[in-house]
This record gives sequence, structure tokens and C-alpha cells, in this order.
Amino acid sequence: MPPPSELELSRRAWRRHRARRSTLVALVSTLVFALVAYLVVTHAPGWPRVRATFFSPSVAAESLPDIAAGLWLNLQVLVVGGLLVLVVGLLVAVVRTVRGPAFTPLRIVATAYVDLFRGIPLIIVLYLVGFGLPALRLEGVPTSPFVLGTVAIVLTYSAYVAEVFRAGIESVHPSQRAAARSLGLTHRQSMRIVVLPQALRTVTPALLNDFVALQKDVGLISVLGAVDAVRSAQIAVGQTFNFTPYVVAGLLFVLLAVPCARVADAVSARARRRQQSGGLL
Amino acid sequence: MNGPVLDLRGVVKVFGTNRVLRGVDLAIGEHRVVALIGGSGSGKSTLLRCASLLETVDDGQVLLDGEDITDPRVDADRVRQRMGVVFQAYNLFPHLSVLDNVTLAPTVVHGRSRADAREEAHALLDRIGLADKAGEFPDRLSGGQQQRVAIVRALAVRPRVLLLDEITSALDPELVGEVLGVVREVAAQGMTILMATHEMGFARQVADVVAFLHDGVVLESGPPDQVLGDPVQPRTRQFLARVIDAGRL
Repeated sequence: MPPPSELELSRRAWRRHRARRSTLVALVSTLVFALVAYLVVTHAPGWPRVRATFFSPSVAAESLPDIAAGLWLNLQVLVVGGLLVLVVGLLVAVVRTVRGPAFTPLRIVATAYVDLFRGIPLIIVLYLVGFGLPALRLEGVPTSPFVLGTVAIVLTYSAYVAEVFRAGIESVHPSQRAAARSLGLTHRQSMRIVVLPQALRTVTPALLNDFVALQKDVGLISVLGAVDAVRSAQIAVGQTFNFTPYVVAGLLFVLLAVPCARVADAVSARARRRQQSGGLL
Repeated sequence: MNGPVLDLRGVVKVFGTNRVLRGVDLAIGEHRVVALIGGSGSGKSTLLRCASLLETVDDGQVLLDGEDITDPRVDADRVRQRMGVVFQAYNLFPHLSVLDNVTLAPTVVHGRSRADAREEAHALLDRIGLADKAGEFPDRLSGGQQQRVAIVRALAVRPRVLLLDEITSALDPELVGEVLGVVREVAAQGMTILMATHEMGFARQVADVVAFLHDGVVLESGPPDQVLGDPVQPRTRQFLARVIDAGRL
């Protein structure tokens, strides 16, 4: 490859210079903003009080082990719930898209389920499932808040995720279905082999976004009395009359969410790159 | 202005390790029509994308009215305001009516009044015989009609130069004529045009210069009768023989 011309080298140098300058501007403006925010907060009249109540290092250190142990429960709910949500959501979505009069009752049930559980606030589902179900005193109904909390979360989130999947399925161009059927594939086969793989690719970023939302909503199982991170923090607050444990629990949830958010970004970026045929725009 | 409207000098474009353009020189004088021919993958589209600043060149220069538009200090958006581009796949905005597709750039980019832009759009649509389609959405139009609208959309900003990227390649054969008819008319009115095309017959009739792109350089260029009728380069002859074999000349 011949070496670039003098002109091209000067263009590259100028672009590098611009890139450096905008990085510098971004850096400086971020630092200035952080400094101003810091000064405003620390010079507020109530700051010493707030610092003692919300940011006490000794209370934080004391409460951390219990809260971290509680977070383990949240993680379990997250993993089990997340997997179940994927399965149930996909099932509901597929049922909602099957055609043919024979499936009408199923379709109606699926639609009603989605309408219902997308409408009810998660916390109310938690109360209904967590306290209502055991109150029936049926044989074999579990009473553990872990199980009941997971069920409630799966019920709510599957309704959302089903709609994400459905949007993905419908975004696959009808010509793809036509091509699959023209090869003699059944509805089921064309769904599984042709439509769903393309649909999944489209909706992965949206699904990851829902997963990040799920990550913090697992903290709501504390209302059922499960000793998770939030509940542990609550107990610690009750013992110390200091709100620092809440901040600790919040930070732990953020730490949990950050890697997921980055993964979601990376996946979306990859999908974007794959779609773009190069070019600036 | 006596220099060329669009002047490509030693344009290089690299994708990864693939040197698509290896130093293209091509000048398009005012009111001139230059047809760019060449095999599939010879870089015709890339060249047009470089000229319209949809790609950054990796070396060389593109001058528009003598101004180096590949200088990174130049505002690419302002440069593109002076060019019209028509794509192979029409690229009309499906959520806007035909009229709104045409008036979008004149009103939003050039700040002309809505009434004024509409009036001109109607006049332009009338000239291509699509005045009655102004309120329709693009998906209600045939490919040929869509492409004619796309030409009008590019013309509505009164560009210095019109870049046409194989604008008939996606069309049914019987619709090609109506689109080329519009190009012929636009050319006759003195528009400066650079077009990549596979329509050799059309190039012969309309173009002032035919340039044969091969292996990332302009291998041969000149009057259509010479390049298409009596090419100097064996590569050009080979390419034209294949086109004739395919029954397209």
C-alpha cells in the first residue's frame, strides 16, 4: 500500500487534533460540573446532618456483610426469575401470534394475561401472590417468600417480555415467512428456524434493558418478608437509627446493574454495526 | 466559473485491506453529463459516495466549484446542500407524502417558505407527470414513479451537481424508460450530472463523457462514441463484450 500523501497526513493530524480537543472539553466540563455539585452539596446548611445520617462509614462497614448476604437472595431470584421470564414470555408471544380459528381461545387467554399483568403494579401482584395465595391454605402451595416473590415477578415481567418478543416476531418481514413456507416448512418450523432467530436478534437490546429493570425490582420481594438486601438494610436502619444501610444497599444494586448495562450497550452496538454497510451516517 | 463543477483528484478509498479506489481522477465541467461505467464492485458507488461526502476519502481531494470539500475543516452538511443524490433503491421517506418528500429539504435546510417550496414541488412533479400523486405515500407508487420522485426531491434544492447511483438498476425493464426520460430532460436543461450506470445505450445518447472504472482507477475516458464504440484499453473492450453478451447494449 503506497504511503499517504502529505495532504492526507495533514488531514489526519487535524482530525486527531479535533478529537483530542473535544475529549479535553468533555473532560474539563465534566470535572467542573462535578466540582460545582460537590461544593453545593457540601456547603448546604444541612450537610453535616445528612452526612452523619446517610454516609456514615462506620455504620456502612457494620451493615455491609448482612446486606451483601441479602443480595445473594436477590441474585438467586434474578437468575431463576430471569430465565423463567424468558421462557414464559416467549411462549405467550408465540401463542399471541399463531393464526387459525382453533387457537382463538388460547390467543384470547394470552392477550388477557398480557393486558392484566402489564396493567397491575408489581407491588400489588406481590401482595396478591405473596399473601393471598398462602391464605387459601391449599395443599402444596409454597409459603416461602422467595418462591412466591419469584412467581409474582415472573408473572409481571413475562407480560412485558412477551410484548417485546411479539414486536420482534412481527418485525420480521412477511417475505421471510413466505420464503420459508414456499420451501415446504410448516408454520412451526418456519417460526423456529427462520422467524424467531431473526426476531431474537432484533429484540436482544430491548430484552437486556428489561433485564436491568428486573435487577432492581427483585428488591421488592422484601415486602413479603424475605430477608434480601433491602430488608437487611431496613433491619440495620432499625437498629442504628441511621439511613446509611439504605445507601449501601442502593450502591450494591448499582454495582450489579452496571456490568449488565455495559453488556446491553455492547450488544446493541454490535447489532448496529452489523446492519450498517459502512459509511458515516 | 470556468473550472469543473466537480473535480476528483487522486481519490483513494480503503475498506479494511480492500483498496476500492486507488487514485481516481475525474472532472465534471459545468452542464456536462459524465457517465461512470464499470463492472460490479469496480467502485462506482463508492466513488459517488465519496463525492457526496457520505464516505471520507482516504487520500486525494474532491473539489466542488474549486473548493476542497474533503478538507475536514469544511462543514460537510453545508457542502451536501449544494449537491443532489439519487440512490439505487430510491430511499424516499416512507412516512412522508410525495409532496413532503420533495419540500423537506427546501423548507428545513434551505429555509424557504412552505408555500414557495410547495409551488415549486408541484411544478416539478407536474413536469414528470406525477402532479396527481403529490398526496400519495411512496409505497403506493411503482418503482419507476418512486425513482422519478427521488430525482425531483434531489432537484428541489437546486443543486450544483446531480449524482445518480445506478438509479435504474432496481427497476423493471419497462419502467426504466420513464426514469431515463426524466434524466434526459434534466440533462437537456443544463444540469451537471455524474451518473453511475449500466445503461450503455443511454450513456451513449446522453453523456458527454464516458469514464470506465476498473480496479479502482479510471482506465479510460472520453466521448461516448469512442469509449463505447472503439475503446483503446483491452479491459474496456472485454467489459463491453460481456455487456453485449448479456444483451444490454
